[in-house]
Amino acid sequence: MSSGLYQIRDKNLDTTLDLNRLKPYGDTMNDGKVQTSFTLPVKDDDRGAAAAVLVAQKMGLADPNVALRQKLDENFTFYVVYGSLTHTVNYNEIVVQTVTDEVMDMHETDEFLKERLGRKMVVIGASTGTDAHTVGIDAIMNRKGFAGHYGLERYEMVEAYNLGSQVPNDEFLRKAAEVHADVVLVSQTVTQKDVHIQNLTELIELAEAEGVREKYIFCCGGARITHALAKELGYDAGFGSGTYADDVATFTAKELVRRLDK
Amino acid sequence: MCVLESKLNLDFKLVEQARAHASQVADDTQRFIDGCTTVAVERTICRLLGIDGVSGGSVLDVTGENNMGVPLPSVVVDHLMEKGALPQGAAFWLGNAMLETGKNPQTLAEEVAAGTLDLTSLPTHAETEIHDVLVPIVEESLTKIRNRRKRREDFIAAHGGEKDGPWVYLIVATGNIYEDIVQATAAARQGADVIAVIRTTGQSLLDYVPYGATTEGFGGTYATQENFRLMREAMDKVGEEMGRYIRVCNYCSGLCMPEIAAMGAFEGLDVMLNDALYGILFRDINMQRTLVDQSFSRAINAYAGVVINTGEDNYLTTADAVEEAHTVLASQFLNEAFALRAGLPEEQMGLGHAFEIDPDVENGFLYELAQAEMAREIFPNAPLKYMPPTKFMTGNVFRGHVQDALFNMVTILTGQKIHLLGMMTEAIHTPFLSDRFLAIQNAQYIFRTMKDLGGELVFKDGGIMQTRANDVLQKATNLLAQIEQLGIFETLERGIFADIKRPRDGGKGLDGVVSKAPGYFNPFLEPMMKGGAGK
Repeated sequence: MSSGLYQIRDKNLDTTLDLNRLKPYGDTMNDGKVQTSFTLPVKDDDRGAAAAVLVAQKMGLADPNVALRQKLDENFTFYVVYGSLTHTVNYNEIVVQTVTDEVMDMHETDEFLKERLGRKMVVIGASTGTDAHTVGIDAIMNRKGFAGHYGLERYEMVEAYNLGSQVPNDEFLRKAAEVHADVVLVSQTVTQKDVHIQNLTELIELAEAEGVREKYIFCCGGARITHALAKELGYDAGFGSGTYADDVATFTAKELVRRLDK
Repeated sequence: MCVLESKLNLDFKLVEQARAHASQVADDTQRFIDGCTTVAVERTICRLLGIDGVSGGSVLDVTGENNMGVPLPSVVVDHLMEKGALPQGAAFWLGNAMLETGKNPQTLAEEVAAGTLDLTSLPTHAETEIHDVLVPIVEESLTKIRNRRKRREDFIAAHGGEKDGPWVYLIVATGNIYEDIVQATAAARQGADVIAVIRTTGQSLLDYVPYGATTEGFGGTYATQENFRLMREAMDKVGEEMGRYIRVCNYCSGLCMPEIAAMGAFEGLDVMLNDALYGILFRDINMQRTLVDQSFSRAINAYAGVVINTGEDNYLTTADAVEEAHTVLASQFLNEAFALRAGLPEEQMGLGHAFEIDPDVENGFLYELAQAEMAREIFPNAPLKYMPPTKFMTGNVFRGHVQDALFNMVTILTGQKIHLLGMMTEAIHTPFLSDRFLAIQNAQYIFRTMKDLGGELVFKDGGIMQTRANDVLQKATNLLAQIEQLGIFETLERGIFADIKRPRDGGKGLDGVVSKAPGYFNPFLEPMMKGGAGK
């Protein structure tokens, strides 16, 4: 199956980095090498392998090499394919929406809030709708935090309320009013059939209907949430994987002070 | 205690002490349990008396958008609740109506649904008469469950007996039972011993059990009796083909613990998630409700020969696995004590724990190994359930595959039984067909290549692992002593487990708890609590 042990390199390959025409890097600049794996619902035979090559070519891979074909079940076969991507992207043109530039740690945020807000920032969080998972909201709010980043409950200048999971959106807003929240955090872990989008949209619509959309800073988080998606859904910020309580605290503290300074 | 030697040099006097504390906690709690029944328990009795199907009424699914149809057991129990008659129990009113009308429970339920019958307005008969009229139906139901159990035992005996070594446990979670069957069949062919159908998110908080085959769910598939039947049938088929028995697992947790246990018993499920405290802590279900519900659900599981899986692993998803290891052990002792009181033998107690120590912790693997070996030595007859890493699975699928490999090693070194396979794509998506295949290959490789390594190893006297295990045991024993003093209710109110505080009268489902009136009876409890149906 393997095409051999030797790297057969295109002698004409221009190995100068060009950010206007960016490509993946295997072991040589601009070789475009990528690995991909997928399952096709067909028998494990030569015809199936040929189909895998065609799939890879249509993905834009030149010289696809089917490194592994593995029968999973009678009519399902798994392929690991390597190839060279023929597409390029212009790195220089990309603009990314980021939440904050510089992240403050817990101590810095506490100091910032003491000086600029002069009271505790009230944060209420929950995993809403049908979502039964608390892992996301716990990672941000629990005292212990996650991966060495302390949670909001540990912040001296944050009053944190973690309502847990499966909190209905209307109840969530009622509770936010009750505790005089500054910040509303929503976590969504289950994303099957885009149930998270539906749920996040419902909360914002409800907040608008009740006239409290501008009263709170709305943030959402979860493995499949990006800042851009959050903005699109009408949130002030979104926090995806690789972000921690520090990121949430920095953004919300600065945003709250910015709004009140107006 | 049938441990020949303790590799961890455990102090078994402490183990005895811990058990005694847990036992006292369970006894105190049992007095409360014995005084109450719940809407879920009564619906279960209706189901066991043969009531099934749905009425034309309306009850919403987990999204709150679609009507699932009101199950007839719910119709009957709601009717009795409305009339303030539930404290006598559904069996009393149904038996009484049978005497009065000569009709069977199903017909009576249909008439209640049609609004043509008020069970509480009929003349009441003597209790002994009511008991007697129910005997044949109760026996029929028990026989059905016994036969199911025997079928499993015969199948296993006819295919070379029970498998040595870990049961490879895999989940399917497509939301569509028919798609689940495709995935489960492939997984069984690849080597799975247990197939768990993950439930749709939100079902644990439905106070009824949906009816019929379902094709829509979120993060999982509805637990319904028809879905159970379909999966059991498919696994029997692939089991015949592979020449080995494939176990089917589902969840009797949430607001319908005993009902789902009964449905599983009828349809030949083999393994069920069932924890005495999980719903209280993680689903904010009222503690009185869960404690009563779990007791009957376990009696049913005991009778049906179902292995329960307890949920201690979940503590570690919110609390730290190094610091809070003793709460896992303490909970295992409690789950054992509660299960014994429901007639569930040790051989059916899949006490849970998990491989959840932060990969950045130095010697973390030694702590994991010590914890798993400790559970093995303290609960020698229990088919321990061991859960894979989830909290520190990051999306780095390559490291994830290594984490799962380490987890697989702990299982084979310490004789864990129900081995829930970790997926390299944990935290990214519900498993692809290929993810499952790679996970099985990983486990089979390690189980094969290290099969007898555990028997070859001894741990250093007074070394890191022995010290760790004894330390955890000491802390667990202290904690149980404290719980014995406080009682289970106050323990939960103070947030001692998983750092989660739950008020006694808070949470969901409290309105479904009622005190039993004199004359209350549950005709199934006693025969089921005698345990093993085959005995």
